[in-house]
Amino acid sequence: MGEDVGIYGGAFGVTNDLYEKLGTDRIRDTTISELGIMGAGVGAALTGMRPIVEIQFSDFLCQAMDQVVNQAAKLHFMVGGQASVPLVIRAPGGSGTGAAAQHSQSLEAWFAHVPGLKVVMPSDATDAASLLLAALEDPNPVLILEHKLLYKQSFEVPEVFPKALLGQGRIVREGTDLTIVATSIEVQRASEAAELLAADGISVEVIDPRTIKPLDLPLILASVSKTGRVLLVQEAVKFNGFMSEVAAGIAESPAFGDLQAPIRRLCGLDTPIPYSPQLERASVPQVADIVREATALVKEW
Amino acid sequence: MVETPTAAEGLAILRTMWRIRLFEEAVEDLYGRGMMHGTMHLSIGEEAVPTGACLALKDGDQITSTHRGHGHCIAKGADLGRSMAELLAKDNGYCRGRGGSMHIADVATGNLGANGIVGGGLPIAAGAGLSNKLRGVDNVCLCFHGDGSVGEGAWHEALTLASMWDLPVVFVCENNQYGMSMPSKKAFKVENISDKAAGFGIPGETVDGNDVLAVRDAVQRAVDRARRGEGPSFIEALTYRWRGHSKSDKNLYRTKEEIQAWRDRDPIARWAAEMLDIELVTHEQLDAEQAAARQDIREAVVFGTKGEDPTVEAMMAGIYAPSPVDAFDIAKGIVA
Repeated sequence: MGEDVGIYGGAFGVTNDLYEKLGTDRIRDTTISELGIMGAGVGAALTGMRPIVEIQFSDFLCQAMDQVVNQAAKLHFMVGGQASVPLVIRAPGGSGTGAAAQHSQSLEAWFAHVPGLKVVMPSDATDAASLLLAALEDPNPVLILEHKLLYKQSFEVPEVFPKALLGQGRIVREGTDLTIVATSIEVQRASEAAELLAADGISVEVIDPRTIKPLDLPLILASVSKTGRVLLVQEAVKFNGFMSEVAAGIAESPAFGDLQAPIRRLCGLDTPIPYSPQLERASVPQVADIVREATALVKEW
Repeated sequence: MVETPTAAEGLAILRTMWRIRLFEEAVEDLYGRGMMHGTMHLSIGEEAVPTGACLALKDGDQITSTHRGHGHCIAKGADLGRSMAELLAKDNGYCRGRGGSMHIADVATGNLGANGIVGGGLPIAAGAGLSNKLRGVDNVCLCFHGDGSVGEGAWHEALTLASMWDLPVVFVCENNQYGMSMPSKKAFKVENISDKAAGFGIPGETVDGNDVLAVRDAVQRAVDRARRGEGPSFIEALTYRWRGHSKSDKNLYRTKEEIQAWRDRDPIARWAAEMLDIELVTHEQLDAEQAAARQDIREAVVFGTKGEDPTVEAMMAGIYAPSPVDAFDIAKGIVA
């Protein structure tokens, strides 16, 4: 359920004509009431349903924060395990559409900071489907942050979506000189950058954690030990961002001893997302930025 | 239409109200003696609302409750021992010592839980109502909330959704006259809070919340309506909390005279007197019921104090429900 998921098809067309196939009970249009919708999802989940709540833009999760953070995330714990909240929340995030500061944020770190929530960030269509199916099987509240720019792309998908586990990352591309850990749209940009870097003789391993909570730190650490260098790329602002956690995880582990270079982060600028297309692009890591940072890391160290 | 209960029913009503009051007096005493920590919000003086309202419910019906929720839990049938154990932070408490006073729940019996966030239970109640409707059961969710929550966005959003979808939800607003220190008369410029329900297309009614049968009958009408699929109702029950908001309250915002005037309208004494008036029961039976409730509470305190302390290991294993699709065991700290 969510705002305009019915006949409208969803603000980004995700639900499309599902309401015709599944009916308006299951594809449920709501009023513009994010807190109410989220709470209705919590209540339904507590009483035997498997609701999917769509929040039209992840920025609007701010309107629903109490139900996500104080209710959904904590209920299983607070009631001593008597109940669980199998609630799936889908919300588009990220910049690149000219929608400016209130419709373009990457807020994943807020939610990953809350014990009781799981946070998923798919980077392609197959993962979006596989991780959604995994989220639906999970008895805990799972937030899926989908990048808006991915909605506009086409992907080849398999006949049957492979089973995904929450907390299992993916090696997108293997390499030997440098590990790039990237999330969401930055996985694509990192892969493009890796292609360009390969032409320059730099072999890059790209890792997509896919879920940031729980986090597949072992996968990242193994890669870092192998390559000895790591660049952490996210669209969200740098300060207190998810990649700070990844950096700390590497620094605290034995893999730290395998590093030949300092851990480096490439993140969004510490700014609200601006409207101007030039400013907007400049605010978050682009392919050229990744190529530049990666080259520097490998050449300097 | 007020249906007079039988003697047994009347005594059961009295017993529930005494259990609530004596439970809370015991909590207050334990707290005062340093045997209970944290904070608690007492509903002494408000016992007729949960007692009357829950009489209208049947198995499978749900409630959502508030930070002042001991009465709701007890009226819905919560075990006194496990409730007391929870407040005493023991592993055999309802929440294994993780929730405390503001989070007591008994989900198996439809008590979806007290709530530490004002207004937090309202959208959840709408969701339970939606679930009842979609699952095709005739159960109703009773949403206890206070007058303080009427200022919250959650209140408005929950009533909006419940109305739009004709959900089987009965909103019971316990108007105890103050949202902490804010008088509801000052906050909400309507004669009755229930008048606001009309703005949502929801029938609203105000009842004397210290009259246990008046509460029961109003809620019963609303519950019947919801079971018939006719949608939500809103009932405002006028009552009063004798104690302060919580332990920090110095009662600077109200007078001794006002408190005394409401103490003179004690819902328990009133119900006992009503039963005597119509010669439904004897003085001896009333005394016996109070004594039995006192014994119930004594046993609950003993049960609670004998409980084991909870462990960090169990706590850390209890943050997430076990998942068939989780790659790691978060409880063991393998991943962040």
